[in-house]
Amino acid sequence: MILEVAGLSKNFGGIKALAGVDFHLDEGELIGMIGPNGSGKTTVFNVITGIYRPAGGSVTMDGTPLVGLSPHAINRLGIVRTFQNIRLFRNLSVMDNVRIACHSHVRYGPLSALCRSGGFYQAEGEIWEKAMHLLSIVSLQDRRKELAKNLPYGDQRKLEIARALATEPRILLLDEPAAGMNPFEVGRLMEFIREIRERFRLSILLIEHQMRLVMGICERIVVMDFGQVIARGAPEEIRNNPRVIEAYLGEGSGGEG
Amino acid sequence: MRTAINLFKAFGPLCLAAGLGYLAESGEMINPYWIQIFQLACIIAISSLGLNLIYGFTGLFSLGHAAFYGVGAYTAALVMKSYGGESQYVFLAALLAGCAGAAIVAYLIGVPTLRLTSDYLGIATLGFGIIMKVLFDNIDSFIPQLGGARGMTGIAKMTTVPWAVVFLGISLILVRNLIHSSYGRALVSIREDEIAAGTMGIDIFRCKMAGFVAGCALAGLSGGLYAHLYAFLHPSNFDFFKSVDVLMIVVLGGIGNMSGTLVASFGWIFLLEGLRVVLPPEYIEFRWVLIPVLLIVTMLVRPEGLFGFREFPFLSGRDDE
Repeated sequence: MILEVAGLSKNFGGIKALAGVDFHLDEGELIGMIGPNGSGKTTVFNVITGIYRPAGGSVTMDGTPLVGLSPHAINRLGIVRTFQNIRLFRNLSVMDNVRIACHSHVRYGPLSALCRSGGFYQAEGEIWEKAMHLLSIVSLQDRRKELAKNLPYGDQRKLEIARALATEPRILLLDEPAAGMNPFEVGRLMEFIREIRERFRLSILLIEHQMRLVMGICERIVVMDFGQVIARGAPEEIRNNPRVIEAYLGEGSGGEG
Repeated sequence: MRTAINLFKAFGPLCLAAGLGYLAESGEMINPYWIQIFQLACIIAISSLGLNLIYGFTGLFSLGHAAFYGVGAYTAALVMKSYGGESQYVFLAALLAGCAGAAIVAYLIGVPTLRLTSDYLGIATLGFGIIMKVLFDNIDSFIPQLGGARGMTGIAKMTTVPWAVVFLGISLILVRNLIHSSYGRALVSIREDEIAAGTMGIDIFRCKMAGFVAGCALAGLSGGLYAHLYAFLHPSNFDFFKSVDVLMIVVLGGIGNMSGTLVASFGWIFLLEGLRVVLPPEYIEFRWVLIPVLLIVTMLVRPEGLFGFREFPFLSGRDDE
């Protein structure tokens, strides 16, 4: 068990965004998180990555409690995410987007940077190589000088994943990676997720609405509704679970037939 | 070896410029008044470069830059007046003391305020600037040599064209080297998207602090040079409006653009002084109307500043290819 979430709760004013969420992620596993809009999926991501502080409950990675740590400290333990509404460094080049994410592993000090010592050039060269390698994985190496905001939508999503990988994560959290993609692109994305999972030995937790993707690549699925986990299990079990059908199609629609 | 070549590349033109400056100054080829204005422009450029680091690159909205400039000026002047006489070495030490003094004050101010988001940070630094102005006005109660509201006199005139040029050059090189390194990219990522930067492993608070302290240290350095240029300091040289002046230079030149700051600093100072010559005496105060109008026009026509994203070749990152 690499990541464990237990009894997580979070309120926004009078709204209970999360009301006791429990699930876990095993080493090397790929889990999907589904649920209607506003069911608290992204809030779970925000709590895990330290953007929100939960009202109660715990998040642990390999036994290390994460609640109360700042986002960068959580990232340095090996958790990284992408964002539902894409948060690239929009006015910077594609290359710089990836290089910024290499900063937590930088191998020269500020003084070395200020006087441009030999170590600076060598380490900068290594960062450049690493960024180029990651960009080639998402086929963006030829667009490295373009500003991130000028990339087409699909490439922006890819760049966000490349940037995330540059932090050398063990756990990757993907927030709706297939949003806005056509069926063909979704198929390519599924391949891509499988590939990076193998290559970087990642444990992945993804939020997605496209059932084809979730059912196609996830080993287990966690279903959320109104800030609670209402079902969990293998894709086959989830597909036929009456509570899940009810949450998606509305109360009563499951019981009529 | 590469370091040596870089040092030569960096300091060769610098020494040349300083030498030419020395000749111009000692040979009295140019009116001493304009030489003084040139030095002032170098000094303002160093301070503006500091604010660009804070506001332009790190994205921290500071309205109290002149206060740090003042801390540097008074610290350096006090050191020089107490121990210096006419010694060049003590002058250097005094400048470093001004730099360090501004940096330490920046750190102390940064601890509570850098956790605030941008707009609130602006208000907090504005308040700090006003407090410092009041402190400078009344400082003679604590340290009589600083003169308070009567102004501080008897500071040695140590700032020369070579010193001004060399310190501007060093500041430019250091800021350039910082910006085109992983540390500089970390600063810029905070300006672009704080939340994304944090989740990518950038220590937001530490980086903000580093950018803020470094920028204020440059303000302190330029304050020290200023103190020894006119040999007279008055609290009104460090009030809120002086902070706004520097802010306007940074915005005019282009936010996050070193070349723009450099050109805008010189343009600003020479325009102000040039108009003093050109305009009839009764209209001289209209200079202060013209500059804001210029700013408004620039914002309408070129919101990205004079230079936009382009940099002079020696200030751009060669490793971007």
